[in-house]
Amino acid sequence: MTKWFEKQIPKIVLAPSFIAILLFVYGFIVWTGWVSLTRSRLLPKYDIVGFIQYDRLFDSPRWDTAMSNLFIFGVLFIVISMLLGLLIAILLDQKIRVEGVLRTIYLYPMALSLIVTGTAWKWILNPGLGIQSVMNDWGFENFKFDWLINPDYAIYTVVIAGVWQASGFVMALFLAGLRSVDDEVIKAARVDGIPTTRIYTAIILPSMAPIFLSAFIVLAHLAIKSFDLVIALTGGGPGYATDLPATYMYALAFSRGDIGQAASSAMVMMMVVFAIVVPYLYSELRAKND
Amino acid sequence: MFIKTTLAATTAAVTIMGTACYAGPEAEVLHYWTSGGEAKSVAVLQKEFADNGGTWTDMPVAGGGGDAAMTALRARVLSGNAPTAVQLKGPAIQEWYEEGVLADISSVAEANGWADVLPANIAGHMKCEGTWCAAPVNVHRVDWIWASADILKANGIALPTTWDEFNAAADKLQAAGITPLAHGGQAWQDATVFEAVALGVGGSDFYKKAFVELDDATLTSDAMVAVFDQMRKMRGYVDPNFSGRDWNLATAMVMNGEAAFQIMGDWAKGEFMAAGKVPGEDFLCISTPGDGFLYNVDSFAMFDVDGADKKAGQDLLAKLVVGQNFQKTFNLNKGSIPARTDVDLADFDSCAHLSASDMAASNEGGSLLPSYAHGMALRGAQSGAITDVVTAHFNSDMSSADAVAMLSKAIKNSM
Repeated sequence: MTKWFEKQIPKIVLAPSFIAILLFVYGFIVWTGWVSLTRSRLLPKYDIVGFIQYDRLFDSPRWDTAMSNLFIFGVLFIVISMLLGLLIAILLDQKIRVEGVLRTIYLYPMALSLIVTGTAWKWILNPGLGIQSVMNDWGFENFKFDWLINPDYAIYTVVIAGVWQASGFVMALFLAGLRSVDDEVIKAARVDGIPTTRIYTAIILPSMAPIFLSAFIVLAHLAIKSFDLVIALTGGGPGYATDLPATYMYALAFSRGDIGQAASSAMVMMMVVFAIVVPYLYSELRAKND
Repeated sequence: MFIKTTLAATTAAVTIMGTACYAGPEAEVLHYWTSGGEAKSVAVLQKEFADNGGTWTDMPVAGGGGDAAMTALRARVLSGNAPTAVQLKGPAIQEWYEEGVLADISSVAEANGWADVLPANIAGHMKCEGTWCAAPVNVHRVDWIWASADILKANGIALPTTWDEFNAAADKLQAAGITPLAHGGQAWQDATVFEAVALGVGGSDFYKKAFVELDDATLTSDAMVAVFDQMRKMRGYVDPNFSGRDWNLATAMVMNGEAAFQIMGDWAKGEFMAAGKVPGEDFLCISTPGDGFLYNVDSFAMFDVDGADKKAGQDLLAKLVVGQNFQKTFNLNKGSIPARTDVDLADFDSCAHLSASDMAASNEGGSLLPSYAHGMALRGAQSGAITDVVTAHFNSDMSSADAVAMLSKAIKNSM
């Protein structure tokens, strides 16, 4: 009896959280999927009418803007954060003095809430208050930096603020990766007279592949979920030029009482996340089985 | 043992009292009047309710211009425990009625003769399929121009009564290096200017057909192209830093003599008043060019509740809200005018007098119209679709013809 109990204990202990996740994550995914197939407006309704909400969604110019913004923001945010993070990590890895202080300085933006980052950058980038006005006051009368209020460039200001926030965190990830590379290998390479750049490109970076993947996954889901940064920095504006899928969904669900449409946009967002995460999980699981 | 028994007895007593005794009128009120002046206004009602023997449970939900309150309401209704009264307005009242959760307060409305004292159009918003289901609190006028008296005087400009005059005045100011239009680049503010322009350029019939009936021929007409053309002109009159600015900061620009005009509802008056400015001396108010009156009416929708005390509370609340006393004190605090037409306006300022006389005149002339930008004319999905087009046009170099085509398409897509 006790033996049976001991054997079952892990299952019993895990059961509550398993049930909670089943219900609150997967259950509500199913619920959202269901609602996205209905004509729900103010309150959810459950009569399925087909894919009409998805037709409306793909017909909406605002959703097009949101998706292309997600693409621009996602690609630039991930690529720049990783390059910048890697560069800082490599520079910090050169056995320099006060490394601890520098590391803290670079990592600190991650400790701020995105709302704070967004508000601070809103002031810095505002042409009448921030960089442009300072440069003009210093005598550079023709200096112009008005991306924040230019609908064609506003999305890049979101990239700037996002990169500022996240690259320190990426640096920390990469620094840990750089430190975990076996010192003996590097020493051996040095003895053989291989130049430092070659040591990095041929030995250290390839052995850090898993770190690249984790950094990518973390940044990708940050990009797709981005909501507060846009709300604080641009409020989705000018017009709806910096809308992202998450802000679109919020507007439809909570301001406009169009729950069906919001649910369909949530489902599309989820599929975008799956498109990134599923190949990752697949490769991870396959690696373990081998 | 003793404690346990007492506890049990008390619980039993409370249960019995709760079910059997009538504890007097009770009301739980969900609203989003949480900022300084608004909170003061709602406290007036709270006090009056208590003076009449009622128990008021306040449920203020701040944030998101009412979005957070609506989320709270949705949760309460879905759990079968709706508040007694909720601050709701415009077609949202009928939308909730269609969900089958609103109460019928016709008996109060008839006993107090609401039909005789409310303008017919505004009364229409308070009815759900012929029965009264909501009580109006105030009338905000949306199509106002607020002007800086000093700037107009210094530049020899009279208050504009046509859009051509407005453009001429704005061009003159711009040449003198003054920002003509104080504006905040938020979608709802773009929409506020747009509807004032649409009413002025297109006229009241055009406005009604386009933004109340969503008539496609009107939405794609040449008049709509002209409206967008005027919007393009307006875009030229704002300063470069307008993006994302809050409306009260735009009001402050007029107050401080940094800009000449602002087009905004009469809640802007509250900002001037709070800063100690005098209407007619420091700042001027005039309706935007063109005939008509765009109203934004706050109201309390009454939800279906169980229990005699809650029902009594609902009736008492409805009666007090439309009562002369509350309509006067509340609106003096809030900057709007009373919804009922028989309130003595002696204590109100000159802008409120203008608003009240224009409301009466436009009610006669059939040009008393609901504001689309403030959710009075259309349901959320449709008004949101229009606002998307308006703000996209205003913040880019889109042509008026493209905007009109996009508008018609967006309306169809939102259905």
